[in-house]
Amino acid sequence: MIAIIDYKAGNLTSVKLACETLGLDAEITRDPTKILAADHVIFPGVGAARSAITTLNDLGLIDTIKQVVQNGTPFLGICLGTQIVLEFSEENGGTECIGIIQGTVKLFTPSNPFDKIPQMGWNSVSLQKAHPVLEGIEESSEFYFVHSYYPAPTDPECVLGTTSYANAEFASIIGKDNVIATQFHPEKSGRVGLKLLSNFANWQPSTINHLSAIAQRATED
Amino acid sequence: MLTKRIIPCLDIRDKKVTKGVKFKNNIVLGDPVELASKYYDEGCDELVFYDITASAEGRPIDIEMVQEVAHAIRIPFSVGGGISNIEDMSRVLLAGAEKVSVNSLAVKNPDIIAEGAKAFGSQCIVLGMDPIAVDKPECPSGYEITVRGFREYTGIDALEWAKKAVDLGIGEIVVNSVDADGTRNGFEIGLTRMIAENVSVPVVASGGGGCSAHLAKVFTDAHADAAIIAGMIHTGEYTIPQIKNELVELGIPIRQKW
Repeated sequence: MIAIIDYKAGNLTSVKLACETLGLDAEITRDPTKILAADHVIFPGVGAARSAITTLNDLGLIDTIKQVVQNGTPFLGICLGTQIVLEFSEENGGTECIGIIQGTVKLFTPSNPFDKIPQMGWNSVSLQKAHPVLEGIEESSEFYFVHSYYPAPTDPECVLGTTSYANAEFASIIGKDNVIATQFHPEKSGRVGLKLLSNFANWQPSTINHLSAIAQRATED
Repeated sequence: MLTKRIIPCLDIRDKKVTKGVKFKNNIVLGDPVELASKYYDEGCDELVFYDITASAEGRPIDIEMVQEVAHAIRIPFSVGGGISNIEDMSRVLLAGAEKVSVNSLAVKNPDIIAEGAKAFGSQCIVLGMDPIAVDKPECPSGYEITVRGFREYTGIDALEWAKKAVDLGIGEIVVNSVDADGTRNGFEIGLTRMIAENVSVPVVASGGGGCSAHLAKVFTDAHADAAIIAGMIHTGEYTIPQIKNELVELGIPIRQKW
């Protein structure tokens, strides 16, 4: 089962409908037991960072999310869900976030008055690294974005895809171990978005962790 | 690079997609879900639905239709017409629409914009405006806002209204020129550019699109972020891939693979 975490941060219907289109068993839930038992977890969200963090705290879900990530469960962040897995956001005068991946979230500062805030629409993603969730997705594929702030992870190794907007070339896909997170909305990005979601649903990151552990042991030897 | 969005508009009357000129002489074009699926398959970037008889008939928007569309397509769509309060907005968004569009309601009750933005986020709330060219001292921008399907003049200046809506938290503005609507003689460039230059949010041009060159002009000369088309594709005269190919040849950034 795929758990779609419900924390009152926007509309989750499209995420569920996209999963249904793919024939996946997905449930919108805020029950920690169900979230911890899920095979895959999607952490979506639209809205503002501060109120999202406050709600997650009120619902007792911050620890659940950290636990899911620690357990090695495949975890997909989307939009605001991606931003708040970083450590800190400039939004709402500065908001401490969950801190699963090192880095911050920054506001676009366009110099051209026709670069509108939010960025709204289809923009291309330049793939930086191979990843099982990005398999079969062509270089420069376009995805649907709606956001005013963008993720800036500290470790360049985490950057799986980049996108340019309003003088910034930002990390539009970030990933680390069993976590992958997109600034765009795969659930609203037509067939290429469905491809990404389908890859995610088939992703067994333990395999990579296992392989990298073997690789590391080999290097140490 | 962020691409320019091509957005087919489906006017719904009695559960059917219709097309008229200046809200008159409507002809039936087909089933909303079938047409939405067709345009989705052809690669449109977004869709907009207006339940054009909901307000006049004093009934809420057709939620069942919104749900059916949400099941059929995997791209964003907005819905307008028949929205009279926050509860209506919530129903439309929960049914799977990405955005909800307010027009006459926002003129009557501007606070609905702030309430909607607070409840669902600015990106969900779109302002639809129907400005008409006028020569009146109370409308210094040269355009006056009309409501109720162009039937009623409000005395409100179009540019002032756009700025106010942004201050209240609107996430996007659809500028539908009353003068150009249904003419297919081209978008109203001056009006669209004036709004786009003066607001921080994305601006969608609407009314008058008749060929790919019209779209290219409103993207380059008026800096529209997106454009709504209707007649040119509903009649079968153009297909979306054809429009997109022509726009690419004209150097416009367009989403080409889907």
